[in-house]
Amino acid sequence: MTVGIVGYGAFIPRRRIKLEEIAKVWGADAPAYKRGLQLFEKSVPGADEDTVTMSVEASRNALARSGGVDPALIGALYIGSESHPYAVKPSGTIVAEAIGAVPALHVADLEFACKAGTESLFIAQALVKAGEVEYAIGIGADTSQGAPGDALEYSAAAGAAAFIFGRDPGRLLAEVVDTYSWTTDTPDFWRREYMHYPRHGSRFTGEPAYFRHSMSSARGMMEKAGLEPKDFAHAIFHQPNGKFPKRVGKMLGFTDAQLETGWLSPWLGNTYSGASPVGFTAVLDIASPGDLVLLTSFGSGAGSDSFVFRVTDRINEVRDLAPRTRPQLDENKIYLEYGAYAKLRGKIRMAE
Amino acid sequence: MFSPARAWREFPQRYRLEAARCTECGKVLYPPRLICPECGGRDFATEVLPRDGTVVTYTVIRVPPAGFTEQTPLPIALVELVNGVRLMVQIADVADPESLEIGMPVRLEFRRVSWDGEAGVIFYGHKAVRATG
Repeated sequence: MTVGIVGYGAFIPRRRIKLEEIAKVWGADAPAYKRGLQLFEKSVPGADEDTVTMSVEASRNALARSGGVDPALIGALYIGSESHPYAVKPSGTIVAEAIGAVPALHVADLEFACKAGTESLFIAQALVKAGEVEYAIGIGADTSQGAPGDALEYSAAAGAAAFIFGRDPGRLLAEVVDTYSWTTDTPDFWRREYMHYPRHGSRFTGEPAYFRHSMSSARGMMEKAGLEPKDFAHAIFHQPNGKFPKRVGKMLGFTDAQLETGWLSPWLGNTYSGASPVGFTAVLDIASPGDLVLLTSFGSGAGSDSFVFRVTDRINEVRDLAPRTRPQLDENKIYLEYGAYAKLRGKIRMAE
Repeated sequence: MFSPARAWREFPQRYRLEAARCTECGKVLYPPRLICPECGGRDFATEVLPRDGTVVTYTVIRVPPAGFTEQTPLPIALVELVNGVRLMVQIADVADPESLEIGMPVRLEFRRVSWDGEAGVIFYGHKAVRATG
């Protein structure tokens, strides 16, 4: 049975802060950071935006491209995030209620650092493939936080992507060709309960964590599917900064042309659970029927999910039925100074 | 501040913009009511509102009530949707309140409307943002 994506959508907040604006507060060398991390600016959620609000808008965009999928037929909804608004109380119920998918559905909030988004995609497509549900929606969304002055503060950003999976041949816009995951216990990044900010192993987050898992997952995926880098039109990797996704792509044998479209982090930052999924929406916005696409996420802790998708003819009919991703990133931006940014991100201690 | 129970009762209208269409005279009521002010009818069908409209008028609140202080300045608008229904909503993503104008095209987006401090419940609903493209 062929299972695939029947609708996709992204949401990126309008607010941005430039790398220089953060660097000047902490006395950091902005040009060196820009060169080293290949980051220029990042998205910032407003006081009224969170993982739930972005997930609702991304899901509505996915429904708009679904060819009229009845939300009541969505049998499962999963949101991967490390910034669920409540510690106890699901995000998914709010999203399901808002898109009209309640009450006959299964809902779960997932968490696995930056990989939680592709976990939701993996489970959603598997349930459809098993015949358990007609449609399932997988969402990756985050309003991630970096400690003030930490390297993560230059990258931690906000964004969401949603994908509705189904098996109705008339609705498929991209088929799931195959999937593969690669997971080990690697403590490269964590946040303990009640802590505001995560901690990380600095350079340990590179070779043994990001690169080892991303490379092993992508190679395992291509081997399993009998494919090589040259077979793909596009490849998207997790984007903790601007440098890593390009470097891992090159190490695997992909070219700039294959990596360019899904590479959003220099202007978006790291949207954690939303990162590679939002990159994938930018690829679907311009992909051609027949294109093979490799999507490889990475989540600290650590693991990496890979997917091979084959884009269908229907992509040309649906991509303009909702806002495309790149214009959301490039247009209507509101630039913030550090003071307003600190207020919005809850970094200022308020009166009780 | 709403109670969680009151907010829960209003989820259909706040989350999904469900209005009530009077089956007698066709008037669309938002928020839904028990009796149609037009014809006195008591029978309604659910109708989901469109999300596009224009600003009829607006004001900017500089000293907002509890639950909204983090959103100062707080622009509030009377918005007329494309089907003629009018509703009172906050305007979100306003970099400069001076840029607001009557007749401005807007689209309703799902947002946090207010929240009960750090530990209380979060109330979600719709706000208007300037429409583009």
